[in-house]
Amino acid sequence: MSTLEIKDLQVSVDTEDGPKQILKGVTLTIKDGETHAIMGPNGSGKSTLAYSIAGHPKYTVTGGTVTLDGEDVLAMSVDERARAGLFLAMQYPVEVPGVSVSNFLRTAKTALDGEAPKLRTWVKDVNAALKNLDLDPTFGTRSVNEGFSGGEKKRHEIAQLELLNPKVAILDETDSGLDIDALKVVSEGVNRFRAQEGKGVLLITHYTRILRYIQPDHVHVFVAGRVAESGGPALAEELEANGYERFLTATV
Amino acid sequence: MTVTDVTRESVSSALEQGQGHLVVSHLNPPPSYDLDDHPVPTGREEIWRFTPLKRLRGILDGEASDAHLTWETTLPAGVTLREVGADEAVALGELAPNDRPSALAAANAGGAMLLDVPADAVVAEPVVLHLHGESVDDLVWGRLIIRVGTHADVTVVLNHTGSARYSAITTVVVGDGARANVLTLQDWDDDAVHLGRDAIRVGRDASVKHTSISFGGDVVRMHANVEYAGPGGEAELLGLYFADEGQHLEHRLFADHNAPKTKSHVLYKGALQGQGAHTVWIGNVLIRKVAEGIETYEENRNLVLTDGCQADSVPNLEIETGEIEGAGHASATARFDDEQLFYLRSRGVSEKEAQRLVVHGFFNDLIRKVGIPSIEDRLLETVETELAKNVLKELA
Ligand SMILES: Nc1ncnc2c1ncn2[C@@H]1O[C@H](COP(=O)(O)OP(=O)(O)OP(=O)(O)O)[C@@H](O)[C@H]1O
Ligand SMILES: [Mg+2]
Repeated sequence: MSTLEIKDLQVSVDTEDGPKQILKGVTLTIKDGETHAIMGPNGSGKSTLAYSIAGHPKYTVTGGTVTLDGEDVLAMSVDERARAGLFLAMQYPVEVPGVSVSNFLRTAKTALDGEAPKLRTWVKDVNAALKNLDLDPTFGTRSVNEGFSGGEKKRHEIAQLELLNPKVAILDETDSGLDIDALKVVSEGVNRFRAQEGKGVLLITHYTRILRYIQPDHVHVFVAGRVAESGGPALAEELEANGYERFLTATV
Repeated sequence: MTVTDVTRESVSSALEQGQGHLVVSHLNPPPSYDLDDHPVPTGREEIWRFTPLKRLRGILDGEASDAHLTWETTLPAGVTLREVGADEAVALGELAPNDRPSALAAANAGGAMLLDVPADAVVAEPVVLHLHGESVDDLVWGRLIIRVGTHADVTVVLNHTGSARYSAITTVVVGDGARANVLTLQDWDDDAVHLGRDAIRVGRDASVKHTSISFGGDVVRMHANVEYAGPGGEAELLGLYFADEGQHLEHRLFADHNAPKTKSHVLYKGALQGQGAHTVWIGNVLIRKVAEGIETYEENRNLVLTDGCQADSVPNLEIETGEIEGAGHASATARFDDEQLFYLRSRGVSEKEAQRLVVHGFFNDLIRKVGIPSIEDRLLETVETELAKNVLKELA
C-alpha cells in the first residue's frame, strides 16, 4: 500500500526582494497504484512541487501537509524521505564528479535497505537495469551524470528508479529532450515499475506525447502554483487539441 | 553552489630585464647559493607574505646542526645511494637555492645524498625512501640529488614521518629521454615544520611527474620547480593536501619554460577543515622568449569543508612570447555543492555519507593520476581518515 497525500501545500523561494510564493495551495492524492499526470505551462510551479516533496533546501514550505501512508513527509530530512519510499527523477540531474555510477548506486541501495546488497546478484541487477534503459555497461564506471547527454541523464534516472524501487515515483519532465526511441525505452521502464503492486507515479510533463506510452489514471492541469482542473485521460486529449489557453485566461 | 573565488591573477609580460639574455621573473628571486642574496624575511616579501614566520621555530636563523632524519630504504639492483661532497653536488647539476631555507639547507647539510639511477635502467618497483624524524627539537638540514640517467625509467617516493624542524633542498636531474615519477609525501606528526624545495631539470624529450602530498605537520611549505634542459620535455606537477585545524600547508610551483616545445601540466587539489586551517597554492609559470610552441595548463581546486578555514590560491602566468600552443589556468575554492548533496541524499544516502562521496569524488581523478598503485590505495585510506576527523564525526 502507498498513498501520497498533498494538502493545501504552499511553498515559497527566497529571492532578492524577499520570499516569493510559488505554490499557492496544492491539493492532490495519489492512491495505491495510481498514476497521475501533471501538465502545465513553463514556470507554473511543477518542479517546485516535485522538489518540495523531495525536500530540496531551496524551497520553504509555508503551509499545508504532505504525508506518505500517513507519515509526515515534511518533518523528514531529504534522505529520510527517500528511505520512506519517495523517489524523484529530476528534470536536471546533477553531475557528481569522481563518483562512479556503480559506487553511487551501491551506496544508495545500501542506505535504502540498511545493508549492502549481495555482490553477485547486485552486479547482475545493475547491468540489467542499465541495459534495459539502453545504457552501455561502461556507464557503471563513469562519474555520475558527468558528460552524459541529456537523454542519457534521463535514462539513468529511470535505471535508478528500477533499481531502487521506491513506493512513489515523481518524474519531473523525464520525457523532455528524449527522441522517440528513448521515450519508448524510458516509458517501458516506468511501466515495468508501475506494473508492480501498489506503486504510485506522479508524472510531470509538458507534452501529451509521453501519455501515449504511460496511461495516467488522472490528469491535472497545473497553472500559477495550483491545480486548475482535474480529470481523466480525456483532459489530456483536450489539452493536446486546445493547449492551456482556457486555463490561463481563467486564472488571470 | 557557494563559491568563494579567491583567485588573484596576473598575466603580465612586463618583466624586469636582467643582464644579457637572462630574464628575471619578479615572482621568483634568482637562484643563488649566497646567503646574502636571501636575507631573513620580514613577512612582507612576495614569496613570504602567506607564510606564518613565527611558527617556523627559528629555522630561518640557520643555526648549524648535525641532527639527521633516519633513512630507510631497499634499493633495487643498479640504483645506488651515497654521500657526495658539496662541490660534487653542484657539479652534478644541482639547481641552486631559490629561497633562504633552501640556501641554508645547502650551506648547512654538509654534503648531499645522491640517489643514482644509471642510464637505461628500467626500475620496475618504486624506490621508497623512508625519512623519519624523532622530535621537533631536532633541527635537520637535508640535501638530496636524484640523478636519473638518460632513457632510464624510475619511480621514487620520499615518505616523511615523525617530527623535526626540517629544511631540505632536493634536485632531480632527469636525463634526455628518461621518465621519472617522483612523489613526496608529508605525513608528519602534528608539530613538525617542513620547508622543502624540490627542483627538477627535465632533459630533452624526457617526461617527469612530480607529486607533492601534504597531510601532517604544523607548517609545511613545499616548492616544486621545473625547468628544461632542452626541447620536448614534459612535466606533470600534481599535489594533494588536506589541512586540519591550525595547520598551514603551502605549495609553491614554478614552471620555467626556458626551452621550446616543452609542456607543463599542474593539478593541485586540497581540502580544508577546522578552525585556522590554512592552505596556500602559488602557481607561477614563466614562458620565456625562446619557449616557442610550449603548452602549459595549471589548475588548483580547494574544497572548504567547515567554517574558519582559509584557502589562498594564486596562479600567475608571465608570457614573453606570442608563439605558444596553449596556456591556461584555473583556480576555484568552493564549499560543498548543495545540489550534489541534495541529489545523493534524494536517493536515501545520509548527509555524511553524501559528503564523504563528494570528497572522495573530488580527489579521485587526482589520485588516479599518481601512477603508483600502493600510494594510490594509501591516499584513499588517508582521505578517509582525514574525513573521520570532521565530516564523518558523529555529533555528540
Ligand atoms: N530563486 C528564485 N527567484 C525567483 N523566482 C524563482 C526562483 N526559483 C524559482 N522561481 C520561479 O518559480 C516559478 C516556478 O518554477 P518551476 O521551476 O517550479 O516551474 P516549472 O513549472 O517546473 O517550469 P518548467 O516547465 O519550465 O520546468 C517560476 O516562475 C520561476 O521563475
Ligand atoms: Mg520544471
